[in-house]
Amino acid sequence: MKTSIDQYIDLYRDNRDAIDAGSAPVINALRPSALDALKGRRLPVKGDEGYEISSIDDILAPDYGLNIARLNIPVDVAESFRCDVPNMSSLMGVVANDKFVATKSLLRNIPDGVTVMSLAEAASRFPDNVAKIYGKIAPLDNPMVALNSLLLQDGVYIHVDKGVHLDQPLQIVNIFQSEVPLLAMRRIVVDVDDDADLRLLLCDHSHNADINYLGLQIVEARLGKGARLDIYDIEESTPATHRISLAFVHQTDNSAFLGNTTTLLNGFSRNNYTVDIVGEHCSTGLYGMAIGSRNQHIDNSTVINHRAGRSSSNQLFRYVLDDEARGAFEGLIEVFPNAKFTEAFQTNNNILASQSALMHTKPQLIINNDDVKCSHGATTGQLNNEALFYMQTRGIPRDMARTMLMQAFMVDVIDTVALEAVRDRLRHLVEKRFDGTLCACESCRKLL
Amino acid sequence: MSAQQPEILLDVKDLHASIGDKEILKGINLTIRRGEVHAIMGPNGSGKSTFSSVLAGNPAFTVTQGSATLHGIDLLALSPEDRAHEGIFLSFQYPVEIPGVSMVNFMRAAVNAKRKYFNLPPMSATDFLKLMRQKRAVVELDNKLASRSVNEGFSGGEKKRNEIFQMAVLEPQLSILDETDSGLDIDALRIVSQGVNTLKTADNATIVITHYQRLLDYIKPDFVHVLYKGRIVMTGGPELALQLEERGYDWIKEENKD
Repeated sequence: MKTSIDQYIDLYRDNRDAIDAGSAPVINALRPSALDALKGRRLPVKGDEGYEISSIDDILAPDYGLNIARLNIPVDVAESFRCDVPNMSSLMGVVANDKFVATKSLLRNIPDGVTVMSLAEAASRFPDNVAKIYGKIAPLDNPMVALNSLLLQDGVYIHVDKGVHLDQPLQIVNIFQSEVPLLAMRRIVVDVDDDADLRLLLCDHSHNADINYLGLQIVEARLGKGARLDIYDIEESTPATHRISLAFVHQTDNSAFLGNTTTLLNGFSRNNYTVDIVGEHCSTGLYGMAIGSRNQHIDNSTVINHRAGRSSSNQLFRYVLDDEARGAFEGLIEVFPNAKFTEAFQTNNNILASQSALMHTKPQLIINNDDVKCSHGATTGQLNNEALFYMQTRGIPRDMARTMLMQAFMVDVIDTVALEAVRDRLRHLVEKRFDGTLCACESCRKLL
Repeated sequence: MSAQQPEILLDVKDLHASIGDKEILKGINLTIRRGEVHAIMGPNGSGKSTFSSVLAGNPAFTVTQGSATLHGIDLLALSPEDRAHEGIFLSFQYPVEIPGVSMVNFMRAAVNAKRKYFNLPPMSATDFLKLMRQKRAVVELDNKLASRSVNEGFSGGEKKRNEIFQMAVLEPQLSILDETDSGLDIDALRIVSQGVNTLKTADNATIVITHYQRLLDYIKPDFVHVLYKGRIVMTGGPELALQLEERGYDWIKEENKD
C-alpha cells in the first residue's frame, strides 16, 4: 500500500536536479541518507504512541504544491507585512513560504558577531559551520525530519559568536502567501556559541485564509557552554493552515534554554520539542499556551532527556479549548542513569470550556536513578463556577467573567516570558483572542 | 403629622427555593425599607446562606415559588450581574480566590459594567484610581492587596475587609452580609463593622446574617429575625438577639417541632 511518504519520494526522484539546483551542497549532501531513512517507513498515524489525536500521515496525504523552481513571491509583500507582534525588533527576517528574506533594517542593524541569513546562502558561504549543525541535531530516523531533509531547499541560519549578547530579540516571521495550496519545508538552524545569548521570536502567519497550507518545520539549535537561547513561538494563522514543527535542542554545560510556544489561531498544529541536556548545570524551560475554538487542533509534545546530572528542567503547558477544539499534550521527562541530582518538573493544566471540546494529556516521567527531584501532573477541568458567580455578583457580565478567568489561567505561562515587550504583547494578543477580536486576516487586509 | 414610612426596598413573599430535590427555603416573607438594618439569625442549616444566595441569583438554587422585588422590580427575573447593577450586594461568607485576576482589573470591570448598564461611559483611569484610594480608606485596606490577585493569599480578615471595600466601591442599595463576622478577630471585626456603619445611609439597607450577637454590638439592627427550617419563625427588635445569645436556639426548635 502506498503511504503519503511515497508521493514525496516520487516527487524527489522526478525533480532531484531541480531541487538540488535550488539549494546548496551541504543541504543536498544529506538527501541520499534522508531517502534511505524513509524507505519502508511510514509517518505517524493517529493511535501511534505519542500521537493519540494526530495523524501526521493524513496531514501529509493531500497533494500540495512545492515551490521547487524557487519562484519568488514578491519581496515587497514580505517587507510590507505587519506581524501582530510588531516593532518588537529592528532585527526581523521573513520566511516567505520557504524562502528567507532579510528586511532592510535587519541588514542595516545586524550587530557584529551575529549571522542571520538564508540557510542556502550560509551553506554555500560557510559550509563547515552549517554542516556542524545541519542534520546533526535533528535525527534522520524521525521520518518527519527525513522528509524535510529530503526536500528542503532553504531556511534560516543564525549564528551568534562566542560571548556575544544580543540586546534585542531577533524576529523571524513565517508567512504563507500563495494562490494555490502549498507545502513549505522550513528549517531554522540556530548555533549559539559559548557564553553567547539569543532571544528568538518566531511568528507564524498565513495570507489568503481560504488556501490550504502545510508547513513542515524543523528547528535545530545548539547551545554552547554557558549559552542562553530563548525561543518564543507564536502561531496566529488560519483554519486552513496545517503546521508540523519539530524543534531539537542540544544543550551543553551551563547553558539555559527557554522554549515558549503559543497557539492562538490555527487549523492543525503538531509541535514537538526534543531537548537533549548533555551538559551539567543546565536549565531548561518549556512552556506552552494553547487557545482553541471551533475546529482548531493543537497538539504539543515534549521530550526532555536529562543525559547529564545537576541540571534542571521545568515545564508548564496550559490549554483552553472551546467548541469542538481538540488538544493534546504528551510530555516525557527521561532521567538517565548517570544524571544524578536532576530536578525536573512538568505540569499540564487544561480548561474545557464546552461539552464537545476534547483534551488528551499524557504526562510521563522515566527516572533511572535515585538522586533526583522530579514531578509531573496534569489536570483537566472547567471554569470555576464559584468564581464566575462571585464575579457576576459584582456586576461583571458572565461572558466577560469567563473571558477574564480564561485569560487569568494563562497568566502563569505568559509570565515565563523573559522579555517584557513580548510578555505585554502576548497578554494583549491573548486578551484579543479570548474576546474574539483577534482575526488572522487583519494583517492580510492591509496588503490587499 | 406622623413620620411617613420610608419606601420598601426589598419585598420577599412566600419564597421557596431548592437545591436538587431538597427544598431549603419553605416560604420566606420579609419586607425591608430603606434605612433599615435587619439581622437574620438561626441555627446551622436553617437556610440563612441559601436565602442570601437566592437573593443574589446563585444558579445552584431553584426558586420554586414566591416572589422577591427590589424597589419594585422583579429580582428573580434578573441575572446575578443585573441584580448587582440594580443594587444588590452580597458579601460572601467565603470570598472566592481568583488567581490571575488582579483586584484592580476586577474592580475596574465591575465599576464599568455598572456604568455601561446605566449608559454611562467607562470611568477614566485617574477617576478610577481616585475612587479606589478613597474607598480603600473605609476599611483600611492595604494598597498592596489591591495590586494582588482577587483574594489570593489574603488572610481571613483581609478577605472580609476586601468584601466591604468592594461594597464601598459599588455603593449598593441592599447589602447582604453573610456571616461576615466568621473568622474575624476582634480588631478586624471592629474595622469591618465601622466600614459597614460608615456606608449606611437613609437610602440603603443592610441584611446581616450571623450566628452570634457579637457582630450586632457593632452593627445595630432595627429588626432581628430568626430563620429556622427555611422559614422566618420569629421577628423582634435588638433584644431578640440578646435573648438568643442567652438562651440559645433550643427553645426555638422546641416551639417549631414538626
